[in-house]
Amino acid sequence: MADVPDDAPEHCPGTESEAAGKSSSCQGCPNQKICASGATTAPDPAIAEIGVKMSTVKHKILVLSGKGGVGKSTFSAHLAHALAGDSTKEVALLDVDICGPSIPRIMGVEGEQVHQSGSGWSPVYVEDNLAVMSIGFLLSSPDDAVIWRGPKKNGMIKQFLRDVDWGELDYLVVDTPPGTSDEHLSLVQYLSATHVDGAVIVTTPQEVALQDVRKEIRFCQKVKLPIIGVVENMSGFVCPKCKNTSQIFPPTSGGAERMCADLDLRLLGKVPLDPRIARSCDEGKSFLTEVPDSPAAKVYQSIVQSIQDYCSNRAKEEQSNT
Amino acid sequence: MSQIQNMEQNNDGNLSQVRHVVLVLSGKGGVGKSTITTELALALRHAGKKVGILDVDLCGPSIPRMLGVGRPDVHQCDSGWVPVYTDAQKSLALMSIGFLLEDPDEAVVWRGPKKTAMIAQFVSDVAWGELDVLLVDTPPGTSDEHLAVLENLKKHRVDGAVLVTTPQAVSTGDVRREITFCKKTGVRILGIIENMSGFVCPHCSDCSNIFSKGGGEELAKLTGSTFLGSVPLDPLLSTSIEEGKDFMQSFPESATFSAISSISQTLFNSLQTA
Repeated sequence: MADVPDDAPEHCPGTESEAAGKSSSCQGCPNQKICASGATTAPDPAIAEIGVKMSTVKHKILVLSGKGGVGKSTFSAHLAHALAGDSTKEVALLDVDICGPSIPRIMGVEGEQVHQSGSGWSPVYVEDNLAVMSIGFLLSSPDDAVIWRGPKKNGMIKQFLRDVDWGELDYLVVDTPPGTSDEHLSLVQYLSATHVDGAVIVTTPQEVALQDVRKEIRFCQKVKLPIIGVVENMSGFVCPKCKNTSQIFPPTSGGAERMCADLDLRLLGKVPLDPRIARSCDEGKSFLTEVPDSPAAKVYQSIVQSIQDYCSNRAKEEQSNT
Repeated sequence: MSQIQNMEQNNDGNLSQVRHVVLVLSGKGGVGKSTITTELALALRHAGKKVGILDVDLCGPSIPRMLGVGRPDVHQCDSGWVPVYTDAQKSLALMSIGFLLEDPDEAVVWRGPKKTAMIAQFVSDVAWGELDVLLVDTPPGTSDEHLAVLENLKKHRVDGAVLVTTPQAVSTGDVRREITFCKKTGVRILGIIENMSGFVCPHCSDCSNIFSKGGGEELAKLTGSTFLGSVPLDPLLSTSIEEGKDFMQSFPESATFSAISSISQTLFNSLQTA
């Protein structure tokens, strides 16, 4: 059922909103009585269904920012590649950036199609143990724009979580768009019957980025989503010719380091700028495989290790609690 | 009924003295829409124009910091919100959701319908007065905010949109979708600006293409759009933006200044001749 019915007035707050049926915009709407009765705010059955579906996924990690263009997709893709580097682990990467799905290109599977079967949608496999799902695979042309309002985007996210045949997974990494809006709320809502290990927050060093990232951190705290830690991307540039470092995105307010100290969060690592990262992403290759000895790759590997340790510690705690 | 009529009057009233409206779009986050919006506004102001900026990025309103206006109170007059002016001459006006938040770290966690309603208010209820150009800074994507801006501006003329990209394919891939959005919604594409276009090391002058190369021009060719120009990566620009300083005034000798001036001139000329 759509969150905003077709016959709703222009500023319908949404049938699942607390203001449903009660706001001034609801006057005169044919659905007003139903909404005001609270029937539409009953929990979506999909939440329980997703809870069951996700029970075969051991660890779920969300990659968030608040700010666009800090490297969420780049980081999510490389996290997935690194986790799948252990061939005994099953890894999946879910791209819920409905308007700007970058993951298919970054993973080198642009243009692939998804298929439906009795057990649901089959994701696209990059490696035997690494699966990807994105709206990008459902678009027929690279020029296709997904011009959807919130409720329709929410519906897609619900389908991704409920209807994709992920199978048994060790890790599900979820890449998100920037902001604190429909996609983020829906993700948290639909995953509420399951346990999410936590969120990795990506930022760049400048205050213009941190300003937005602090809001994302507030969002996580509001919805009780644990924060695994913060990754500072684009942290300095070493000129390949003269080897001097330039701070292209200057940490005028102390960068992620200061923010983490202020907010008592873990700084997982600082990844320097490296032109080969952008090139790898454009070419759909893993930077970690292409340039494994670069300073950036080494920082990535250390960050991934910290995330793996966090997940396994959390699993041990859970076991000892039950 | 009369409330709607009043709002329509306000719509016409508040934008009737705005000569040109330009949307600044991307599709991709973090390419520098807000930075470019700010610098174009400053460049146009230095060229003697009266400029306004409408910041409809509800989740990440960056413009107030970039213009160094802090967190002023916003007031209402008979015709609506009074915009915040960055100078005594009132040559640069700004309205941003950032001004309405009590706590700058407070997240605006709103779903589409509420964002749509807020943007409607912004567009129709700001008493802009007389402006040569109103630049509208948007969040990345093709969703509620973008549809809301267009729906509410359609009573007034929208000259068109400039699209900002970085050189990488991952960026132009998203901007192609934004171009489709423009075509579908009847927004004229005034041109493409390529930001973060190479970095010249201040120590040895070697140029590094940190975010790849050439994507902006390729995109313009592919889609039949005008290529307005490229802006290099410049730590002096990043620092100015961070500190809310006027880069266009402080660094008139820089390559970045030339790039932005040239783009703003080309853009303004195309607005005049349309």
